[in-house]
Amino acid sequence: MTEIPKEEYILKCTSACAGCPSSLILRYVLKAAGPDTVLVVPACCTSVIQGIYPNTAMNVPVYNVAFAAAAACASGMSEAFSKAGKKTNVIVYAGDGGTVDIGIQALSGAFERETDFLYICYDNEAYGNTGMQRSGSTPIGARTTTTPGGKIHAKKDIDAIVAAHHPTYLATACAAYPQDLFKKVQKALSLPGSKFLHVLAPCPPGWRFSSEKTVAMGKLAVRSGIWILFEREYGKVTINGPSKAALVKPAPLEEYLAGQGRFKGIDQNAIDALKSQAAARALHLQREAEGIC
Amino acid sequence: MLTVATGNKAVAAAVKAVRPDVIAAYPITPQTEIVEQIAEYVTAGEMDSRYIPVESEHSAMAACVGASITGARTFTATSSHGLAYMHEMVNWAAGARLPIVMANVNRAMGPGWNVWAEHTDAFQERDTGWLQVYVSTVQEAYDTTLMAFRIAEHQDVILPVMVNLDGFLLSHSMQSLETVTLGDFVPPFHLPHAIDIANPAGYGTLTGPDQHFKFRWEIEQSMRKSVAVIRETEQDFAGRFGRNYGVAEEYRYEDADVVVIAMGTLGKEAEVAVDILRDEGVRAGSLRVRWFRPFPDLDLSGRELVVIDRDYSFGFGGVLAHSLVAKSRVEPYSVIAGLGGQEVTYDDIAGFVRDRKPGQESWFGVNGNV
Repeated sequence: MTEIPKEEYILKCTSACAGCPSSLILRYVLKAAGPDTVLVVPACCTSVIQGIYPNTAMNVPVYNVAFAAAAACASGMSEAFSKAGKKTNVIVYAGDGGTVDIGIQALSGAFERETDFLYICYDNEAYGNTGMQRSGSTPIGARTTTTPGGKIHAKKDIDAIVAAHHPTYLATACAAYPQDLFKKVQKALSLPGSKFLHVLAPCPPGWRFSSEKTVAMGKLAVRSGIWILFEREYGKVTINGPSKAALVKPAPLEEYLAGQGRFKGIDQNAIDALKSQAAARALHLQREAEGIC
Repeated sequence: MLTVATGNKAVAAAVKAVRPDVIAAYPITPQTEIVEQIAEYVTAGEMDSRYIPVESEHSAMAACVGASITGARTFTATSSHGLAYMHEMVNWAAGARLPIVMANVNRAMGPGWNVWAEHTDAFQERDTGWLQVYVSTVQEAYDTTLMAFRIAEHQDVILPVMVNLDGFLLSHSMQSLETVTLGDFVPPFHLPHAIDIANPAGYGTLTGPDQHFKFRWEIEQSMRKSVAVIRETEQDFAGRFGRNYGVAEEYRYEDADVVVIAMGTLGKEAEVAVDILRDEGVRAGSLRVRWFRPFPDLDLSGRELVVIDRDYSFGFGGVLAHSLVAKSRVEPYSVIAGLGGQEVTYDDIAGFVRDRKPGQESWFGVNGNV
């Protein structure tokens, strides 16, 4: 078992929804990162969760910045700290909209420049802060307020996009596996250059399931193989424990979909598309892990 | 040291002298030469700055914001569409009280593509909380860039400063340049709200109406205090280096019955027009507005005014002319001239004065008035 520090960097006064995966993820991120850390947060649920001025629920400095600007802001901050001889961790903590949509240009630039920082995308597969509109990360078939008939386009493969920048370290994680998340944050922060962590954030009000089921829903995502836990360190891919087992014998995807109101009434074509995308992704990652491609 | 430089190279030389910690760079005509020259300085080891070649102007200002909040000295440069593209972050820099200095090489906005001088780009940022200054010579571009850092970083100000120079007319014009040995003219500074790991704070968190209102008022208070800081800085500069500018530069102004008011290179061109008019027996003078934010309080009573705007606010009028109407209760002859780099000579300006129609507006070369 990994020793998780007792120190808390998120205080008990957030305005998060019940069962919020974002604050759960951030709690472990900050435990792994420690106090010499600055968070850079673009517009997202965390902008609200941290509280209202002059109060803050965060026990590390948090720099809130415009929606599209997080990675670029972190670039400047990272260079300034480095110039001053400081080793402070610069961590972007951004939602999927701020990462795969409006923030992707700044993200790409920062990774191309090998900015020394960790970029974490917590992915609840929609614009949660504004009340669940579709994002580029919303999967096929999911109902959002701007896709009331279910989304017709596939989820953007941000991991492949970031991987094309050849970062030092890239990994996925899930709110339901805090030890795995903790270790990945620690590993990322031990490495130089640009690091990317993509964390699935099962969102009770957004995905329409009851708030005590956040962890169960995250586990089901991994067990069904729709979300795969893996690491790419200096390009070498490793599929992590829970996903290794899941890829041998996945749980039925229907179980994962049936538990969420956003997939209510999803048609068979959309289910087939989700399954074939998950299978293709699993195959590709397995071949990469085996060094075949 | 006496040398020859373009306006762009003069800005770069001034930036080198103040040694920023972090520079964010993105090219755009006619500014590009500034960030190219700084890249040369950094690569050659003549400047110990971190140079971030960002992928857009939005990111240029975002990188300056991220660096500045740690207490670092930062600089970037842009123009026209680049300034418009970073507009969101231009607001952020001022709202976050960050003393970033930026050179903006004034250029028209498209469409169609036009790379020549116009002030509309910077005027579209006038309500963001940045101080804005407009220069007219290569020497003034250098001197004002030096002063901009000291003014921005002054504890009574802590606001960003935009140094504006006319595209091509000044950015690419070669003139003599006297560089200075800076000494302690731009001292190290302390950002009172810099990120402090030992005292974690939330920056830019959700802010309710009452607090937001208070923050806006604080920006305005600093803007008002900056008037004295600008004056003191310009006086100290004049004392040390011998060149004096003021918030607005007067030329044969004292006894003038009719005064030409303009900004940037047109304001300098107006001085030649004044000489021509004086030779004709017209008691003309000129006033070149340098600082546009904070806008100067000018006593213009008892004079006829010809105001030249290299800009326009559609459905309203020339921005400089109407700023003077509002602030100084005057009724000028408003001439719109030089948009998109339209050529305006000193003879043309003398013509504006000869044909002046107080209270009216004329578009040079369009209305057939001039």
